[in-house]
Amino acid sequence: MSDNILEVRDLHVHYKSGKDIVRAVNGINFSMKEGESLGLVGETGAGKTTTALSIMQLIPNPPGKIVGGDIIYKSENLIKKTAEEKRKFRGHEISMIFQDPMTALNPMMTVGDQIAEVVLLHQNVNKKQALERAREMMEEVGIEGERYIEYPHQFSGGMKQRIVIAIALACNPSLLIADEPTTALDVTIQAQVLDLIEKLKEKYNTTLILITHDLGVVAETCDKVAIVYAGEIVEYGKLEHIYNNTSHPYTIGLFGSIPNFNENVKRLKPIAGLMPDPTRIVKGCSFADRCTNVSEICRKGDIPNTEIEPGHFVKCTLFANKEV
Amino acid sequence: MSDIGAQQFNANNKKKNEKAVSITKRSQNKEIIIRFLRNKAAVLGLIIVVVLIFCMLFPTALTSYDPIKQNFSERFVPPNREHLFGTDEFGRDIFTRVVYGCRTSLRIGLISVGISCIIGVLIGSIAGFYGGVIDSIFMRCIDVLMAIPNTLLGISIVAALGQSITNLIIAISIGSISGYARITRVSVLTVKDLEYVEAARATGSSNARIIIKYILPNCLAPIIVHATMSIAVAIMTATGLSFLGLGVPAPTPEWGSMASSARAYIRDYWWLVTFPGLAIMASAFSFNLFGDGLRDALDPKLKN
Repeated sequence: MSDNILEVRDLHVHYKSGKDIVRAVNGINFSMKEGESLGLVGETGAGKTTTALSIMQLIPNPPGKIVGGDIIYKSENLIKKTAEEKRKFRGHEISMIFQDPMTALNPMMTVGDQIAEVVLLHQNVNKKQALERAREMMEEVGIEGERYIEYPHQFSGGMKQRIVIAIALACNPSLLIADEPTTALDVTIQAQVLDLIEKLKEKYNTTLILITHDLGVVAETCDKVAIVYAGEIVEYGKLEHIYNNTSHPYTIGLFGSIPNFNENVKRLKPIAGLMPDPTRIVKGCSFADRCTNVSEICRKGDIPNTEIEPGHFVKCTLFANKEV
Repeated sequence: MSDIGAQQFNANNKKKNEKAVSITKRSQNKEIIIRFLRNKAAVLGLIIVVVLIFCMLFPTALTSYDPIKQNFSERFVPPNREHLFGTDEFGRDIFTRVVYGCRTSLRIGLISVGISCIIGVLIGSIAGFYGGVIDSIFMRCIDVLMAIPNTLLGISIVAALGQSITNLIIAISIGSISGYARITRVSVLTVKDLEYVEAARATGSSNARIIIKYILPNCLAPIIVHATMSIAVAIMTATGLSFLGLGVPAPTPEWGSMASSARAYIRDYWWLVTFPGLAIMASAFSFNLFGDGLRDALDPKLKN
């Protein structure tokens, strides 16, 4: 276990909303080795971004709070660090790519300055060296270095996302969290940006957490996949496990709602219903209300997390007795 | 359009040829200056501001009269070649007094705006950024300040500290802090939840750095507009206090007090009140134009 770069253990995050408590993350567990890439897949509001922000220690408090669990990064517990220490590892050890490149750059600063910012913050260099590094990074992500004196509005969306990636990777972080990096981009650019992320990840041996709701993107980029539903990981395994041996009814539902070109499908099958209200405590399986295979035991007590094949975990009563 | 395009193209080529790192800052500043100069109204404002500042620094270069010395043989002389703006009830040359008045009036305007702007923006940005208890404490203090009418506040401060230009500046500054604090706080509230602020946090920037580099530059537009407008307001407030006998002591030339002391003669001798009034108007007008131009020039998105 000690060679894990990141371990998230039984993470619980709650948001206060008036009198209610929104349980955004309810006991998420996963671990990652160096150089691995994990895809966190799930619907809107499943708790993917909250998980990412917890790792960055950026949960807005108030209203949010990590109420339980540990986040062990390079055998140090991030939750127990002081504010100053947290600030030091952000951008340096762990970086994040945000969803919308249109708003993730400061409109009043040139892109070169913005990349240089993070280098200046974390490395012992002067302004000139930082700008030199910024130019290098821009070349690295495929933008001419000369353009570093331009402002964000002079770039297209895909180019802005490249700049955001350049900022995130400028200090060679060990862990990169990409929060839906391609959602705001059109399809051709999506592929380019994903290729770029993958290429740079290989080059710098960065560990990657990719948050997305697009199973296609995951298939292209990730080694491991975690399907998140209502703040829990319902299915976890290697890419092949999830795609070839899809087990959890929710995951099956997810695949059912993607158009398939190999078969003649008249209609897509969306999963009926909505995610449970996160302010309500659900007894048993949180997916029970939408599940086609629901039985009585689903509504009682804890649902076991079963390892149905080595490294493939499913949190469902259907597999309770099929442990390997 | 095509001209500008060609220029930019040439400029880009030029940039590529030069060593890029050393020219970063300069070319950014150059860019701002070019954008400013393209705005005709702003340039006009700048010219008037420069003239006023020249008057402020070198009044003797423009006139040989003494602004205070009385000359009863030349009372109420209408504008003519010797006295461009005429003379007042004590035979003093009004042009001279307007030129010398620049010194007092602009000093009051600029310094009080500077002080109140710095303090107000500081309070507003801290209150807006941190929110919660800090916000409540700061903003309730500002509310208390807003509850007191400016003139009343000025009267009490000048009465307590004594009558002098410095105290007048302090009084006006304190009175106008609340406006800056409110405007800044609201702009900060809209900017602080944007993604680039979160992104800055994700790169490990400290709060102070985030406020200075990410939030304030994006809140600048309304603050600049408010600041340039309040230069005129500050001059007028000083005028009001002078009128009550609490502002600038009597013989010192100051536009507000000149206008108010001349109001008794407004029916018969129009030039007594007109020229100081025009001076106030010109300064207010020019600072507004200048401020607008500055705001546009500093915003990189309004490049064309």
